[in-house]
Amino acid sequence: MTTYYSKDHEWISVDGDVATIGITSYAQEQLGDVVYVELPESGKTLSQGDEAAVVESVKAASEVYAPIDGEVVEANDALADEPAKVNEDPEGAAWFLKLKVGNTAQLSDLMDEAAYKAYVETL
Amino acid sequence: MAEPVAETDLKQTPLHDLHVELGARMVPFAGYAMPVQYKAGIMAEHLQTRSKAGLFDVSHMGQAFLVGPDHETTARALEALTPSNFVELGLGRQRYTVLLNDEGGIIDDLMVTRSVSEEDDGRLMLVVNAARKDVDYAHFRSRLPENVRLEVVEDRALIAVQGPEAVAAVAAHAPKAADLAFMSAAPMEFDGIDCHVARAGYTGEDGVEMSVPAGAAEAIARALLADERVEPIGLGARDSLRLEAGLCLYGHDIDEMTSPVEGAITFCMQKRRREEGGFPGAERIQRELAEGPGRVRVGLRLDGKAPAREGAEIALPDGAVVGTVTSGGFAPTVGAPIAMGYVPAEHAAIGTALELVVRGRRLPATVAEMPFVPNRYYRKPKS
Repeated sequence: MTTYYSKDHEWISVDGDVATIGITSYAQEQLGDVVYVELPESGKTLSQGDEAAVVESVKAASEVYAPIDGEVVEANDALADEPAKVNEDPEGAAWFLKLKVGNTAQLSDLMDEAAYKAYVETL
Repeated sequence: MAEPVAETDLKQTPLHDLHVELGARMVPFAGYAMPVQYKAGIMAEHLQTRSKAGLFDVSHMGQAFLVGPDHETTARALEALTPSNFVELGLGRQRYTVLLNDEGGIIDDLMVTRSVSEEDDGRLMLVVNAARKDVDYAHFRSRLPENVRLEVVEDRALIAVQGPEAVAAVAAHAPKAADLAFMSAAPMEFDGIDCHVARAGYTGEDGVEMSVPAGAAEAIARALLADERVEPIGLGARDSLRLEAGLCLYGHDIDEMTSPVEGAITFCMQKRRREEGGFPGAERIQRELAEGPGRVRVGLRLDGKAPAREGAEIALPDGAVVGTVTSGGFAPTVGAPIAMGYVPAEHAAIGTALELVVRGRRLPATVAEMPFVPNRYYRKPKS
């Protein structure tokens, strides 16, 4: 299992042909208290850069983008009842969706953990 | 995830360094670098203000005086530009009003305070919105009679302390604050520093706004924050608090197109002014008062959990779009999303079922009474 990071602060953890996607700890810190999460339906096909989900904090709505192409195989419906989990465990229990990987080559567009950490330092 | 706007050429308030030291996240707001939240976060800061006390830096707002030869002259000059009664405003009393354009639209909303002492009478203190300062001041300068002038105050900060424990915390340093009636103001000493304290605010809670010398602002803020009842609060919670209180945010809920009748802020118009008119746009405003406005600001409660933000369309159930949300978000005290927006008068009754269009989905909502959270302004005990 390998985890990649996008410049838009999504993480994507790939296990075989299924990728789990969420937002990084840095992202949830920037957002502040999350009060609502809108998730995609299973079966929806997403292209890299498409809006995959919406996360609403007290202050504003922010889009979560698909870091790669794929078909939604599962959304984390537990977040509907407990949106605050995104603040508590963003890179664990508060994943947003799972995608069936459509194009493995796109993973090379993304950063590894060290590169993402260095990227966040520049912000 | 969108990136924040770059901070360039932003003005700083006298409390800037303190905000940074307290771990605030600073954002550009009306030309200033302002704290949007501190470490606790918007939710915790909001609830802190509702349960104890919050300290807000509102130094970005404009402070100015209208200065004339006597109260009557200054008050008449302001009455020519606003629909409120200032001639009969008592010494040391404060009033919310709106500056009107010739079409009866709102140039800005502001607080006006009459001096507490007879010797100093003929001066009305104004507090205006940061983003409208320049527009307001130019308007005053072009419209004031020759014997009334605008004096802009540049060397003072403005600190709001809001919440059920706010006045007690301030009174520990400025005992006279405890004696102030709601919507009244007086000069007093805070730990020996000369301040002007008004019992008012914009959160729906009891509290004060203190105009203080810029150089003493940090010492005063530190003294208040040393009190265990007081925490620093950013613009994020200021916005959710005023939304719950049903209060308008200029440029969002009211603007140059909106009349005070449409904006549902006719409480700023006292009886004499309603009847006499004599303010800009009087024809439109008096007609709207008599016949009712075509559209009106309403409060909205959403059934679900998804918030509706500014710009969301307001529609009839399964029908046409009839209006727009002007402010909306999650209400921490209510524990649910709320909004305000404009709808045609025939759909404005409390309890009317409507729908808010959020990212193409239609969310059920109901016209609700405002404030969404009961006001807790100070009422003097009856003696």
